[in-house]
Amino acid sequence: MDFVFQGSRPIWQQLTEQLRQRIVTGVYPPGSRFPAVRELAQEAGVNPNTMQRAMAQLEADGLLITNRTQGRTVTDQPFALDEMRRQLAETHIENYFQEMKALGFDRDAAVKLLGEKGTNNE
Amino acid sequence: MSNELVRCSALTRNFGPILALDHIDLVLEPGKIIGLLGPNGSGKTTLIKIFNGLLQPTSGSVLIDGKQPGPATKKLISYLPDRGYFPEWMKVGDMIDLFGDFYNDFDRVKAEDMCRALQLDLALPIKTLSKGTKEKMQLMLVMSRNAQLYLLDEPIAGVDPAARDFIMQTILTNYNETGSVLISTHLISDVEQVLDEAVFLQQGRVVLQESVDSIRERTGKSVDDLFREMFRAGNWEGGNNNAR
Repeated sequence: MDFVFQGSRPIWQQLTEQLRQRIVTGVYPPGSRFPAVRELAQEAGVNPNTMQRAMAQLEADGLLITNRTQGRTVTDQPFALDEMRRQLAETHIENYFQEMKALGFDRDAAVKLLGEKGTNNE
Repeated sequence: MSNELVRCSALTRNFGPILALDHIDLVLEPGKIIGLLGPNGSGKTTLIKIFNGLLQPTSGSVLIDGKQPGPATKKLISYLPDRGYFPEWMKVGDMIDLFGDFYNDFDRVKAEDMCRALQLDLALPIKTLSKGTKEKMQLMLVMSRNAQLYLLDEPIAGVDPAARDFIMQTILTNYNETGSVLISTHLISDVEQVLDEAVFLQQGRVVLQESVDSIRERTGKSVDDLFREMFRAGNWEGGNNNAR
């Protein structure tokens, strides 16, 4: 999965989102060493200072832990990952409601349709 | 080192009746990659040439790490001109020898590594290289120095989009972290994501100096979009004079 950037939003925010996604989906497994700022900046083709800012946000999220000697590691606390997974899921759900609203479905109708679709597919 | 790598105060330069730089006040900090962005003829090359002492200001001053441009600042600055200046009969390897003799801070190992990465053959005479390959060679030489300030005048203008990405990678990988890189270009979308900061020049004046992410946050636009918007307005007015 490559990093992709859209024109209009701050690059550090887009980096933060894509790195969160990578962490919760296990691209960087819990407890593993996280790549260095410069290494990851090169992979993404972005300025190291921008990558630094994104990583600082991931530390604030509790997803990355900084050790004085070994650099950064991914948290091995399952609740931190679960919490982030839940937040990302909520963002997707909220986006769904927004899109449905634009199509003229209110919240209840959107939930109902989703329920039908969910059972149909199983 | 202080937190000012470059300071311009009321920096002005005329060419006869043409005012190329008009009272520029600008401070560039160390450790940053800065885009010097402006339409053709806005003063980008003139400003860079004054920084490295190839042109003298008409009035005002510029200090590089506290010193006026001269022999002492040439040690600090690695300069990529907007055109080639190499003797055609020399080989790529000769240029590496020449740069090694000229500059104490030239890193030959780095140069040879970069040649491998850019697929530059040391044995090839310069006259056999394409325009884009010459530009790659020039960049390789400039980035092999451990300088405090890299002045890159249009480093990606002559190369294809894939090579542009590669060149930006080369700059990212090889710049000195305590130094700064000033990149002049009008190909903004190709450089935008590696920049810390953008400086917009218009008719010899600095009209904007702001971090890329702050521009995006404040305007909801990419630097490229903002640039097109700011400089399109002027063209349109000009166009209206000739309208029906």
